[in-house]
Amino acid sequence: MKTILTSHQLAITIKRLAHQVLENHINLENTVVIGIQPRGIFLSDQIVAEIKKQLPAKKIQYGKLDITFYRDDIRKELHEANQTDILFSIEGKKVVLIDDVLYTGRTIRAALDALLDFGRPEKVELCVLIDRRFSRQFPIQPDYVGKSIDSMVSQKVKVFWNKKDGKEEVVFTH
Amino acid sequence: MSLSSKHLLGIRDLTPADISIILKTATQFKEVLQRPIKKVPSLRDVTIVNLFFENSTRTRISFELAERRLSADVINFTTSASSVSKGETLLDTVNNILSMKVDMVVMRHSASGAPHFLAQHIPAAIINAGDGINEHPTQALLDSFSISEKIGKLKGTKVAIIGDIMHSRVAQSNIYLLKKMGVEVTVCGPPTLIPKYISQALNVNVSYNLKETLEWCDVANVLRIQLERQNQVLFSSLREYSLAYGINRRMLDSLKKDIVIMHPGPINRGVELDSDVADSRQSIILQQVENGVAVRMAVLYLLSGRNPSDN
Repeated sequence: MKTILTSHQLAITIKRLAHQVLENHINLENTVVIGIQPRGIFLSDQIVAEIKKQLPAKKIQYGKLDITFYRDDIRKELHEANQTDILFSIEGKKVVLIDDVLYTGRTIRAALDALLDFGRPEKVELCVLIDRRFSRQFPIQPDYVGKSIDSMVSQKVKVFWNKKDGKEEVVFTH
Repeated sequence: MSLSSKHLLGIRDLTPADISIILKTATQFKEVLQRPIKKVPSLRDVTIVNLFFENSTRTRISFELAERRLSADVINFTTSASSVSKGETLLDTVNNILSMKVDMVVMRHSASGAPHFLAQHIPAAIINAGDGINEHPTQALLDSFSISEKIGKLKGTKVAIIGDIMHSRVAQSNIYLLKKMGVEVTVCGPPTLIPKYISQALNVNVSYNLKETLEWCDVANVLRIQLERQNQVLFSSLREYSLAYGINRRMLDSLKKDIVIMHPGPINRGVELDSDVADSRQSIILQQVENGVAVRMAVLYLLSGRNPSDN
């Protein structure tokens, strides 16, 4: 296992991502934050917590989106569905989608389809912790990137989260 | 992740893990049904035929809505408007429909075991929407879903099933399901409408006293008297049945706690349930109907995973 980000680096990166989102969405007046289930929400939880530190008085519209029913590989394998939790309208809002690893782009394709069933957002941006460059199967690019890496198809990138896995780091696994 | 069976013929064949997956997936579909666009694309490559050889309002509409909400292509079939009345056999009818590339069959039939027979002869996934006096699995699933939604859990809950147990596929499926999930079950009704060895066979309590049963239970699932399935006199009149086993407001008010009232529909008002009970805030009858769509979406979704050709 080769480490991509240690727990210390991860914390700094998440802080930076939160600040970059804030930079583009001062006050988050017309912006909503949506984490993608199941593993994107650990990142979005932390980014939202960081944003709240900067804007303590602000109520941030934050939701969680599950894309299981929108996947394009249902006939290969069924995946367990997770809770979707979007208790506000996204009509005319700017949406920041958050996921842990961007690889083929298929998850984000499904997420965009799922998102549009909640209304017509003014703009959708993508924030990811790890961008596996040159491996995209759809024309999808992130707006905020924690770290870009070059990887082989045979390699797997795994993000561990304290809440879920008891440790926090990003590694290559084989 | 998938179910242990390719078909949903009855609750009897499901494992507790299967039931948990279905109920959990139904929770997610219930959320889908609250969205501005209540539709997901999961089954857009699937064609489903609804074969109803017996009358139905709720189940047929509920299945059809579930199918359409999953983006499946839907064909409806009712016996009266088909060649069945010209003498075509069940297997011929279904094989002809399947040759038009249909992937899943939802079937209701008045003969117990009809879907099991089909499952042995055709490759498509079959979902039993009620077969004779045998099983009605999706009704039991939506009943349990509604109980756990209302009470917050299934295990350890006390459920009474009241009425015509003998002729009720809803009762049988409910008993199988509730026992698998660790629920205490009492069946209650006139002795002539309760199978003699049911307590040994299905491990349920039997009571002939409505008041005692209502005192005991957290949830009362009240069934309709199935006059269409009775070919002998098992009670003297509907009025007499209603006096002994009909639930009215006064009776509910005399209990020490608020119990939950359920009914699979159609209700015979004034027979098994009085109107002021059926429409009271203790009744979750309409929530059951609402949950039916989500539960059926979950079943269809979980059974659609496999390609019919690879068996």
